[in-house]
Amino acid sequence: MATLGFLMLCHTALDRAGQVARHWAERDCPVVVHVDAKVRARAYDRLRKSLADLSNVRFSRRFVCEWGTWGLVAATQAAAEVMLRDFPDVRHVYLASGSCLPLRPVEDLRAYLDARPRTDFIESVTTEDVGWTVGGLSLERFTLRFPFSWRRHRKLFDAYVRLQRRLGYRRAIPQGLQPHLGSQWWCLTRATLSAILDDPERPVYDRYFRRVWIPDESYFQTLVRLYSQNVESRSLTLSKFDFQGKPHIFYDDHLQLLRRSDCFMARKIWPQADRLYRTFLSGEPGVMQAGEPNPGKIDRLFSKAVERRTRGRPGLYMQSRFPHENWENGKTGNVYSVFEGFSETFEDFEVWLGKVIGTRVHGHLFAPDRAEFAGGETVYNGSLSDSAALRDYNPRSFITNLVWNTRGERQCFQFGPGDRQDLGWFLAMDPNAQISVITGAWAIPLFKSNRDFGDIRREAAQLQKIEQEHLNVLRSPYVKARIRIWTLAEFLESPMEPLQTIVDEISPRALRRLTEAPRLTDLTGFGQFLQNLRNQGMQPVLMGDFPVGGGDVQPARTQRGRPYLVK
Amino acid sequence: MKILRSYALRLARKRWRFRAMRKSRELTPVVSRHRAVRPGDVLLFSTLRNEKVRLPWFLRYYREVGVSHFLIVDNDSDDGSREYLAEQADVSLWTTTASYKRARFGVDWLNWLQMRHGHGHWCLVVDPDEFFVYPFCDTRPIRALTDWLDASSIRSFSAMLLDMYPKGPIGAVPYREGQDPFEIASWFDSGNYSITRNWRFGNLWIQGGPRARMFFRDAPERAPALNKIPLVKWHRDYAYVSSTHMLLPRGLNLVYDEWGGEKASGVLLHAKFLDTFAAKAEEEMRRKQHYANSHEYRAYREGLKDQPDLWCKWSEKYINWRQLEILGLMSKGNWA
Repeated sequence: MATLGFLMLCHTALDRAGQVARHWAERDCPVVVHVDAKVRARAYDRLRKSLADLSNVRFSRRFVCEWGTWGLVAATQAAAEVMLRDFPDVRHVYLASGSCLPLRPVEDLRAYLDARPRTDFIESVTTEDVGWTVGGLSLERFTLRFPFSWRRHRKLFDAYVRLQRRLGYRRAIPQGLQPHLGSQWWCLTRATLSAILDDPERPVYDRYFRRVWIPDESYFQTLVRLYSQNVESRSLTLSKFDFQGKPHIFYDDHLQLLRRSDCFMARKIWPQADRLYRTFLSGEPGVMQAGEPNPGKIDRLFSKAVERRTRGRPGLYMQSRFPHENWENGKTGNVYSVFEGFSETFEDFEVWLGKVIGTRVHGHLFAPDRAEFAGGETVYNGSLSDSAALRDYNPRSFITNLVWNTRGERQCFQFGPGDRQDLGWFLAMDPNAQISVITGAWAIPLFKSNRDFGDIRREAAQLQKIEQEHLNVLRSPYVKARIRIWTLAEFLESPMEPLQTIVDEISPRALRRLTEAPRLTDLTGFGQFLQNLRNQGMQPVLMGDFPVGGGDVQPARTQRGRPYLVK
Repeated sequence: MKILRSYALRLARKRWRFRAMRKSRELTPVVSRHRAVRPGDVLLFSTLRNEKVRLPWFLRYYREVGVSHFLIVDNDSDDGSREYLAEQADVSLWTTTASYKRARFGVDWLNWLQMRHGHGHWCLVVDPDEFFVYPFCDTRPIRALTDWLDASSIRSFSAMLLDMYPKGPIGAVPYREGQDPFEIASWFDSGNYSITRNWRFGNLWIQGGPRARMFFRDAPERAPALNKIPLVKWHRDYAYVSSTHMLLPRGLNLVYDEWGGEKASGVLLHAKFLDTFAAKAEEEMRRKQHYANSHEYRAYREGLKDQPDLWCKWSEKYINWRQLEILGLMSKGNWA
């Protein structure tokens, strides 16, 4: 008993369509084939000839099927009429395309439908509830007019939609219709399908839907609600759409995925996917368990692909992803810490920090002569060179590359007014940056150096100017980085507390009290040094209020600060 | 202003096309088998000189990928390349003794051949030492890619040049004819590329890799460009402007997403650094037929004096396209 029949809408790759049609017809399922009127006569004849030996294959009247136009519905109607007329035993009619491929044996599908003899499988969702429509049109598909092709005259199409919106134009929806949308591929019962086709109001509905946009996704989906006793709102055909609204394509390497999906039918298959066609049309008893369709895995694969296309990988800059500023969705790939003035204030700060947070800590990455990678490396992850010229040629690429290359490992580096300043704004605007500044600490190396005081004075003035500009950037209202600023004097009053805060933020799970403090550099005479600068006419301001009295700035080495509140 | 600029580019494109027509007189056909080309075939265009040793693997690689026909310009080879190519059933061959430099490094010749034979086809333009890798290239032929590009209304496909090098001095292991060059040169730099945008032509300008790291560390602006757009659904009005780095009309150069997403892209594995390289650099210096007074080759010759090793401890060993995609050198985009 032929209880299941197939309608096939074919445009291209007719040989594949013929193969699938033969597969069904030989398994006692009548097939009505519709071939797009744009297909050349020769190809059409070849298909007809190749199926001529099968008594239960029919060809229906041909219509021009352009995407999103009425022709697709007209073709479906014509094919369905042939099916209902010529094969009275058919109880369920399955609408498939020429690039569909059955994944499970027909017997499975037949058994599935036999168990649900009165159910219509058609995705049919009210316009309020769909989020996937291309071009953002859902209800307006039914109330506006669309004389221009979306594919070929996009600008005209959009302009005309805007015009109608502005004028407040609306078409009237025929009485009793509740607009629904859904996948084009359905499986309806004879009762429902014949009710739709034989409805006395059909000329009215047809006239209306002729001018609806993409009627193939709404005609049957809407009318089925008038007649069906039992709508199961999902398609039995596995068909996923990408962000442009075109279906994803299946290739040979999807074989296992398709097998495990337990779906009855998949669309769309690449015509040259020999292995898929060979495997699924072989007629071997199904390897699949006869379960409910379970396309979860495939859904995930395709939604991931769409996300890759629309959101991309944060922090990656490459040949096919180069976002405009502020569209990066993550300027850099990971959080990182910038320390300004710490390696001047403490002895061996980098070694200490590396030990405490368990990572490699860089020196001044933007030093004028070379990038001081951790451990004195000349080449770093990703073969990043320490050459200053290469770095300064494109500092943004340098920092984003570094963070990308070391994904999963937090980067920490020193920065100061003696370094190349090109990246100031970039760092300040990056939410991934954690910037801690001890202002005025650049004076310490000068204080320790044994240079001519005139030189020192000149350089101090210059460094102070650079740092002041940098601080202005960090204090601008636009910054996105997490920024903390202390003056040197402030910091020295109780150095452990800020250090604890910074370390906690870097490794929040450790929740340890710092036991070993970094060793403060010897500042005996620093106050006097600052006074000397003042005496020479240079005003050092960024260090804060430093007592002139010589070496009295010596907080206890193991001082633990005030009792620290742990969360 | 915008209109003026577009118009200037339009004139430039017409000039390149006219120049290509003029330069076509320099080409003499050796064998033409392009009548065998069917609609939908993927065609490969290339210019070469004395590459006999590379050709067997080159042809084999691209035949396996699914290229249907090769259209090649031989620039006065004397090592048997021409004879070898003329015997191949899927090669159409032209030859010329004219100046490579004055044909803008072969671009004019290939622009002409593409204008004549490439219209309506997906055309791959590569050198004999460039090997095209695209997403899923181990399981899907190139037709799968071009069909998908067609369905997605994409006209051009980017594949950045990735310099491959051996571990140890460049000349240490000799390359045998017919061998997979990446058995020797199997290493690459994964994350030291600098990218800027070229506003005039709308393309990205990518530099870096081992060549910048070793030969141009003091003059990064002179490091060679690595951005390439080798695969284009050709129309006779199109023209490559400079090698395959950029095209006109400008829209073809927009192979990257500007709003945070990733478009699909591939990689051209560059098998330049084999033992043949030193001899090539020497010859090119003599012929003075390369870009910008061959300063690139001058830098190589300087660098090559002390038998350099491009390898470093952060070099990555090539496995497959998935590795390149994970490293962020190419992308699947929304192809799944």
